[in-house]
Amino acid sequence: MSGPSPSFPESARVALADTQLRRNMGYATQTIRAKRALVVDELPDWEELREAGRAIKERVLRHLDEHLEALEQSVTRAGGQVHWARDADEANRIIAGIVSGHGATEIAKVKSITSDEIKLNEALAARGIEAIETDLAELIIQLDGDESSHFLVPAIHRNRAEIREIFLEHLDVDELSDDPRELAEAARLHLREKFLSARVGVSGANFAIAETGSVLVVESEGNGRMCTTLPPVLISLMGIEKVLPTFQDLEVFLQLLPRSSTGERMNPYTSVWTGTSEGDGPQEFHLVLLDNGRTSVLRDEIGRQTLNCIRCSACLNVCPVYSRTGGHAYNSVYPGPIGAILTPQLVGIHAAESLPYASTLCGACYEVCPVKINIPEVLVHLRGKVVRHKQAEHSGWRARLDPEAAAMAAMARVFSSRARYERAQRLARLGQAPLARRGPISHLPGGLMSGWTAMRDLKALPQRTFREWWVERDGSRADA
Amino acid sequence: MAVAEASASAKGQGMRVALFITCFNDTLFPDTGRAVVRLLERLGHEVEFPLDQTCCGQMHFNTGYQLEAIPLARRFVRTFAGYDAIVSPSGSCAAMVRDYYGRLGEIAAEEEGDTALAEQVAQVAPRVFELSELLVGQLGVEDVGAYYPHRVTYHPTCHSLRLLKVGEAPLKLLRAVRGIDLVELPEAEECCGFGGTFAVKNADTSMAMLSDKLRHVLDTRAEVCTAGDNSCLMHIGGALSRQRSGVRTVHLAEILAATEDDARA
Repeated sequence: MSGPSPSFPESARVALADTQLRRNMGYATQTIRAKRALVVDELPDWEELREAGRAIKERVLRHLDEHLEALEQSVTRAGGQVHWARDADEANRIIAGIVSGHGATEIAKVKSITSDEIKLNEALAARGIEAIETDLAELIIQLDGDESSHFLVPAIHRNRAEIREIFLEHLDVDELSDDPRELAEAARLHLREKFLSARVGVSGANFAIAETGSVLVVESEGNGRMCTTLPPVLISLMGIEKVLPTFQDLEVFLQLLPRSSTGERMNPYTSVWTGTSEGDGPQEFHLVLLDNGRTSVLRDEIGRQTLNCIRCSACLNVCPVYSRTGGHAYNSVYPGPIGAILTPQLVGIHAAESLPYASTLCGACYEVCPVKINIPEVLVHLRGKVVRHKQAEHSGWRARLDPEAAAMAAMARVFSSRARYERAQRLARLGQAPLARRGPISHLPGGLMSGWTAMRDLKALPQRTFREWWVERDGSRADA
Repeated sequence: MAVAEASASAKGQGMRVALFITCFNDTLFPDTGRAVVRLLERLGHEVEFPLDQTCCGQMHFNTGYQLEAIPLARRFVRTFAGYDAIVSPSGSCAAMVRDYYGRLGEIAAEEEGDTALAEQVAQVAPRVFELSELLVGQLGVEDVGAYYPHRVTYHPTCHSLRLLKVGEAPLKLLRAVRGIDLVELPEAEECCGFGGTFAVKNADTSMAMLSDKLRHVLDTRAEVCTAGDNSCLMHIGGALSRQRSGVRTVHLAEILAATEDDARA
């Protein structure tokens, strides 16, 4: 996520032209949306659950330091080791160090977005360690040299026929149909060997419980459980905001998460482990706590609600932008509405300044968010930061050359006085004369507004403003 | 409290309502403003139009120019301070005042040490209503005596739906219109892709969203697409016009203001 990446509008333009992608995204997001709506509507206390989820998260974030220290103590007491990583590099070094310390050259991985955030696979590869993705969708992506485009269904942009092609090319199979069962079986045969041979498993964490030191991974396939139980060494990487105070808090989140993400009433495979137990599962457990910008998000009073996120992806599925562009247009491991607010806060506003604008502020995301993150509010807040950052960078004459800033300043001045406003209305009517001689305006030359007339006519200004009509009517009424 | 009193008095006699026309409607859609005036006067209410109003600052605020929006908020609360009810034929501008002026008050306090704006906002903002909210929620009327013999589909704009939460109010009003053939819009609650400056900053994505909205509108075989916000309607209508689709956009207020006499005229 470092270095300049293409802006959202540039990447979206490419994505929107991909008809196969549009079809795949449209179908998949509509399907998950409908499933979610069904299982959410059947819960009479859904709104109370959302509020409880929000409140727990807010409380955790307010005392994050205490909860994390409690977690460290509990994990250590249960036989695990806790590592603190300030940033991606430090986390990668810690994990690579543990793997190398055991002389291992491959690891079996549970799907983890946080590991994508720190580019763990690449960091390990640079040290001669191969990371094997065991989640079916992650495997598809990895085999294809592609990147995830969704939290929950990383290969959402692919359909069955495309997956068949990828498997035929990369897996040891001669014949394969695009029947989902056959595709899953091919992946299963490929992965079984890996589970048995890997000596180190690596996972993320959906939640960690400060009180008990328990760590949870929530998944649908059971492959995650293989990784967390078969290899003798287990390393779990988690963002510091994932801690929960007590086991009881899971009552809320294990209702909110599956219904919001997969549209299921109950999650199929919920793995919970507490340190190590002799003769059962991994005999060595490491928990890596990752900051990587999170404490700076915490410092922002409006932005910090972003850390409530439990990565359910409901906001992606309902987003009218994401469901058309797909995830890659965001140029971030966190796509969709949540990515549009999380990424600029994690990497710095200047490195992702087009993302807060990748939304119409329609509010569909906020409506479905199980922990009530007011995404539109944070988007607007971040837009304010983008503008201020630009204003600070380009002071004086350069600021006046920015067409948007100049237009905004001019309009603010016009709207600050009734006389100026009314004069501007009259001038605009005169100014449009050459463009609107016969009905609506179908072409605007260059500049900011040409995007509008690419597809839409622009209504010509009427002969009389409302206020001119009103004043005239008031005048005639007074005369009467 | 002022709101409750205002609506109570409205049941007995006419109410005094200030029209917050919005700069967009004032300049581009004067017919919508005239329709609001005509409709409310027909229902026995008194409409006032404070001429000092200009723009609520929504475009500045939503694009990130929040400091520039503060003087516009100050101007708004000053202009509308004396009214018990303020009506706007724009869901998004009404939502700007009611939902986001509070935030502007906070910014004014943080950045400029001005705590007065927040107090004035707390007084004025709760009295701002979108047209259908005022009619159904405050004035308690659904049948406004309108006649509109056309096939119409209704697009619930995002800010009416999710910020103001106007719910069924516009549909209740439309169902009571005589002569109307009201048809349901598929995927109605999906954004049309306007989003203010989004339509120019992200023109491609905006067009992709608009294409789907147009397809749904055309599927209804309606001749009119209506909504409570002319900005979304200009976006949808601009494309319907470009495609020579034979469908036009008409603001909700203009349908509700129409009568049998208009039809004969």
